[in-house]
Amino acid sequence: MAAPMSSPHAQGSNRTRTIMLQVLGATAPGIALMTWFFGWGTLINILLASTCAIGFEAAILRLRRRPIGFYLNDGSALVTAWLLALALPPYAPWWLVLVAIGFAITFGKHLYGGLGQNPFNPAMLGYAMVLVSFPMEMTSWPVWRGIEQLQPAFAPTLGLMEGLQRVFMPGSLPADGWATATALDLLKNNSALTMAELQQAQPAFGSMAGRAWEWVALAYLAGGLYLLYKRIYSWHAPVGMLGALAVMSLLFWNGSGSGSNGSPLFHLLGGATILGAFFIATDPVTSATSNRGRLVFGIGIGVLVYVIRVWGNYPDAVAFAVLLMNLCAPTIDYYTTPRTYGHRKAKRGLGKGAE
Amino acid sequence: MTAQPRIWDIPGGIHPPQNKHQSTARGLEQMPLPARLVLPLLQHIGNRAVPVVQIGERVLKGQLIAEANGPLSCPVHAPTSGIVRAIEPAPYPHASGLAELAIILESDGQDEWTELRPLLDYRDEQPLNLLDRIRAAGISGLGGAGFPTAVKLASRPDHHIDTLIINGTECEPYITADDMTMRHRAPQIVAGIEVLMHILKPDQVLIGIEDNKPEAIAAMREAVGERPMQVVVIPTKYPSGGEKQLIQILTGKEVPSGGLPADIGILCQNVGTALAVHDAVLLGRPLISRITTLTGAALERPTNVEALIGTPIADLLAFAGLRQNRLYRLVMGGPMMGFTLLDSSAPIIKTSNCLLAGTIEELPPPPPALPCIRCGLCAEACPAELLPQQLHWFAIGKDYEQLQRQNLFDCIECGACAYVCPSSIPLVQYFRAGKAEIRGIELQQSRAEHSRQRFEQRQERLEREAEQRELERQARAEKAARAKAAREAQAAQQQTEQSEQATEPKPAEPDLARIQSRKVTTLSAEQKQLKIAAATARMALQRAQKQLAANPDNADLQAQIPTLEQAFTQAQQAFDAQMSDQEKQ
Repeated sequence: MAAPMSSPHAQGSNRTRTIMLQVLGATAPGIALMTWFFGWGTLINILLASTCAIGFEAAILRLRRRPIGFYLNDGSALVTAWLLALALPPYAPWWLVLVAIGFAITFGKHLYGGLGQNPFNPAMLGYAMVLVSFPMEMTSWPVWRGIEQLQPAFAPTLGLMEGLQRVFMPGSLPADGWATATALDLLKNNSALTMAELQQAQPAFGSMAGRAWEWVALAYLAGGLYLLYKRIYSWHAPVGMLGALAVMSLLFWNGSGSGSNGSPLFHLLGGATILGAFFIATDPVTSATSNRGRLVFGIGIGVLVYVIRVWGNYPDAVAFAVLLMNLCAPTIDYYTTPRTYGHRKAKRGLGKGAE
Repeated sequence: MTAQPRIWDIPGGIHPPQNKHQSTARGLEQMPLPARLVLPLLQHIGNRAVPVVQIGERVLKGQLIAEANGPLSCPVHAPTSGIVRAIEPAPYPHASGLAELAIILESDGQDEWTELRPLLDYRDEQPLNLLDRIRAAGISGLGGAGFPTAVKLASRPDHHIDTLIINGTECEPYITADDMTMRHRAPQIVAGIEVLMHILKPDQVLIGIEDNKPEAIAAMREAVGERPMQVVVIPTKYPSGGEKQLIQILTGKEVPSGGLPADIGILCQNVGTALAVHDAVLLGRPLISRITTLTGAALERPTNVEALIGTPIADLLAFAGLRQNRLYRLVMGGPMMGFTLLDSSAPIIKTSNCLLAGTIEELPPPPPALPCIRCGLCAEACPAELLPQQLHWFAIGKDYEQLQRQNLFDCIECGACAYVCPSSIPLVQYFRAGKAEIRGIELQQSRAEHSRQRFEQRQERLEREAEQRELERQARAEKAARAKAAREAQAAQQQTEQSEQATEPKPAEPDLARIQSRKVTTLSAEQKQLKIAAATARMALQRAQKQLAANPDNADLQAQIPTLEQAFTQAQQAFDAQMSDQEKQ
């Protein structure tokens, strides 16, 4: 007979590992399209990042004298690695990936006590760290497949060997004509052209929010909807973030002139918005805890993304917006406690005790 | 049958595998008479019953063997005829596994009833008499908690109960005791409900049954017929059968935190309790048996039995064909809220609705807990709209203030949060431990408060006594001082008189005359008034002086003294002047 234990004696089949694997699976459409547009770079990123993440995780678990296999098995390190790998430019130099992942796993996760204890999203912390430290590497995005039809002078998308060469021997191949600015970059630095002219002159703008980007965003959206359908997370954070971004970009939409801040659609489908809304803002550990809190958390990210994109110094802002809102999450929790059964209203605020 | 009334949804809830079909295939079976019955004196919430039988005494079926001890208690009756063999601590079905004082009854196989007093025309009876009958029949809630039914029915005498809810939800997986009770005892349940209606006079009666029990619903609908009760079918969801949850589903109202359903005019009773009320009033039978589910994959023939209270669990399991080698965990109650039993020699008691003999595949040990990732699934499952992830956090940190602020005590321990937790965190255990720790601290605090009050009262009493003694001492001292003063004055006067006589004999005569005249002179009204005024002023002055002696720091008194002294001097002078005036005259 089993040792006595208290109720409940039955348990559902859901496991943390399952959740993590579902999240990994939901990135598949995005990865597929990224690979289609940018070649092997994304996959090399992911492989490299995963290897680094597992290595760092195992090493630190060993230092912390924790059972390595048990904790590696939860899959959380892989999620951090994949999300970071998707955020970094394809064909990023190997040391960039190593530094970003190392920082994310060590400083973002384990210094706070490992899974579940970290106040900041580890992937975004790693991303922000390399973004502020190595801006040149972080902004050289390769051109996308199919560009040759528009501007035949550009080199075609790289093959596997060439890609590996770029990753592991950075600088050995010419960057000229290979890398390009993203649509958000172009918009940020534009002051002379109207939106229509910009779209004409720069192939990076596609039809809505950046060529290739808009399609990748839609693929992430599909993955996100799948996770929503699977009830891995609730709709609150993504809807809050996208809604707030839409409202901000509508409020401050100053037309399609040369000083344009970009249309709502441009902001929603451009940059890392969708990836952020469905894969970053939904990280349960670092967001607010109640549904209402997550809505507020998402709204905060949406507003900050717009503010930093339009009035700040960086072309994209998801990482910074998420990290800033991570800071606010505990406070949001105090003010968004749901009303408990049998209570007339919720106890909110920073007080203590039963009152 | 009227149309289905409106129902409300509860937040959260889960849909675990129901596993109810296993135990419903064999109908309702009668358990053979056991040779030995163990009757714990505490089968309810409240005080332990007091035995009224001697060891060796023969008792009849239905005879009172232990009487209620106080209002919040329940009597115990002999479930069959036989000899009282012992009154001693015996195995007891409780999560603690501790023994409990019990009457051990050896059955004589005759099953001979004591004389019963059925009451068919209960409608002529006062509700209070019916309550007495229910109390005397030893009925406590058969749904699980075991609260004495008569106490519950009279819990808020000043509140009118407008809604009587009969709980036939039975939302926990595996358990089918209420289902079987309704299928096989529907007319009796309805008769019992009518007794309750006569006592409570509710405006409406709602019988809530989950939609996974179509046979029970049909049987109850048929038994209800045209009576003013409504069978309300509610969606199957755990924990819809919790009292608070069922009230919310059927009425949309919430029981105030820390309050009772009666506070909002609602009373909830289990179908089994209604059946027991029927037996007690219409048949005159006390509560000596109940319907219990025997289920689990370790049993060859899972079933429902009508078993005598006190039947050893081992007997019941043997009846259902226990395969000991397959038994991994024996649970009393359901898999969500039941507790593990270590000793199958413990009996079933009035609250025992199910015995779940689970195999290791059925009730596997939980995997080791992973860290909480705050996924929030627990909060989505919580029917009380708590934030289990936050409670867990504060419970680990032993932050009792935050635990209370997060309404830990509104947790009904349904286990939905732990069921959905992907990290297999034993949340309910954390919450139970947290509650126990807070209760312990509160007990300590109330004890400390109690002893503080006692200490303060003692101090106060000692001070009062010291003050009293001081006052008495002062009074004595003053008296002595006055006596001394009087003696001195007398001595001085004698001296003066002597000296006066010696030196100046001349005025002696008038003086003598004065004394003589004084003795005979009666005081005029004016003089009397002045004398009284002087005496009053003197007394006021003395009182103030005494008080000042007791409270030397009192500034008010200090300020009063000169005024009073002045008033006294003036009054005395006025009186003296009057007197001397008189003498002059």
